[in-house]
Amino acid sequence: MKPKKRIFGGILMILLVIFLYAPIVYTIVFSFNSSKSLTKFAGFSTRWFEKMLNDRNMIDGIKYTILIAVIATIVSTIIGTLTAIGLSKSHRILKNCVEQVNQLPMMNPDIVTAIGLLMFFSALHINKGFMTLLIAHVMFCIPYVILSIMPKLRSLDPNLAEAAMDLGATPMRTLVSVIIPQIMPGIISGALIAFTMSFDDFVISYFATGNGVNNISIVVYTMRKRTNPSINALSTVVIVLITLGLIIYNVISAINAKRREREEARLRAEMTD
Amino acid sequence: MKQFRRMTYPYIVWALILIVAPMLLIVLYAFTTKGNDVVTTRFTLHNFARFFSDSLFLKVLLRSLKVAAITTIACLLLGYYPAYYIAKCSETFKMRWVLIITFPTWINMLVRTYAWIGILQDDGIINMVLGWIGIGPIQMMYTEFAVIVGMVYNFIPFMILQIYTSLTKMDGSLLEAANDLGANKFQSFLRVTLPLSLPGIISGITLVFLPAVSSFCIPSMLGGGQYMLVGNVIEQYFLHSGDWNFGSAISMIMAIIIIVSMYITKKVDVTEKKEA
Repeated sequence: MKPKKRIFGGILMILLVIFLYAPIVYTIVFSFNSSKSLTKFAGFSTRWFEKMLNDRNMIDGIKYTILIAVIATIVSTIIGTLTAIGLSKSHRILKNCVEQVNQLPMMNPDIVTAIGLLMFFSALHINKGFMTLLIAHVMFCIPYVILSIMPKLRSLDPNLAEAAMDLGATPMRTLVSVIIPQIMPGIISGALIAFTMSFDDFVISYFATGNGVNNISIVVYTMRKRTNPSINALSTVVIVLITLGLIIYNVISAINAKRREREEARLRAEMTD
Repeated sequence: MKQFRRMTYPYIVWALILIVAPMLLIVLYAFTTKGNDVVTTRFTLHNFARFFSDSLFLKVLLRSLKVAAITTIACLLLGYYPAYYIAKCSETFKMRWVLIITFPTWINMLVRTYAWIGILQDDGIINMVLGWIGIGPIQMMYTEFAVIVGMVYNFIPFMILQIYTSLTKMDGSLLEAANDLGANKFQSFLRVTLPLSLPGIISGITLVFLPAVSSFCIPSMLGGGQYMLVGNVIEQYFLHSGDWNFGSAISMIMAIIIIVSMYITKKVDVTEKKEA
């Protein structure tokens, strides 16, 4: 009974993996198809990659996606960190208010946030383009940064900052050398969330951009109606980029964990000596 | 410490301008008539009346709710067992499975949805396999089925992870106790495991239902140009026909439905917890 059950469960899990990964594998395989068909594989070729490289729209899409994600991550991480630290020292009412307002873009459907921004930009007669896209991304990233830093601040010992100030550190110095190092894990995870949110966003970008400034999602969306295998090539590039990013992130955090372990072991050895 | 408080001021101004003001604009537009300047607005309920008196819009709204409900149920039924299976694995395998489930969600949603266009095509891979066992090509692309497949595909990882998290928090000795007291496997699942995983199920439902109701890229990629959900109608009114007042009213109706359904699920969650 038992092994039979395990086999049954294993089969179900394999089916799930096939369901989750078939589209990804399918995209990669068909990006190397030599014919235009999305359903018949005629032979290996790299023509769709060449076509993609010559497609201004797609190359610009990749460039804008990365550029916006990098700038939005940096800006929202800095603003989010400073705001979170400030909030942790502020009155509870103010803190609650800001947290409630931050809930709006996180809880509202993306399309509601998106049309709000669209109407806002047009009410102020701001031409939609790179700047509006960037502002929109910073706007929806900051709440996630604040959310991931707040728990770290709550568990922070307030006496440490007091002590630093009593010993003559300026507020700036206290911030940089006492508070920020202690909440670093929260800042890093906030920055990562911001980056992936910005990199993958479609709905808000779609409504907040203009003037031919498109990210990868918008490029795919606007080309969906025609059979165009260079979209598969673009998708393959995205998949490879993200896979590499994840591998690098995991390797770095594994190395850091090892280093920390070794340091702890060393400290423990020193203490017992 | 008071010096640090000043660091919140820039963000408070920013949030008032970029988060609060746009929301107020939606409400303002929803309650005013077309072709206005913000200065010369007139209050009206016309936009809401138009929505609820036109059977076309009601049909779209009901269809969105239906598709979202089917997607949520499918995610729950298909996702519960995997979550259970992963929760039962050893620590190392748990981590690996979680990575396997989350990895696809890191890839751009549009990119993953686009892949289904080829798979579901009349001469695509699914119809090819069906052909081998003698079932003629079934049209799947540009049907509701394709939209639901696309949504389940995109949202099922959230359901699995939520249920998995609540199952790992479960105390294994409870199952042993149920066993000792004479419950069979099915009974102990129904009376112990399932109720204890309820918080995970509820947060999974919210994480699937909400994006499914408002999604507009999946229906327009897999459902075709004629297939419309609420999100598509909003997109139409904002980007094509330019009637922002009516579009705002539709968005408000959708946002209210979502807030109410979230409130109800939260209520259910709280009462369940109290009973437990």
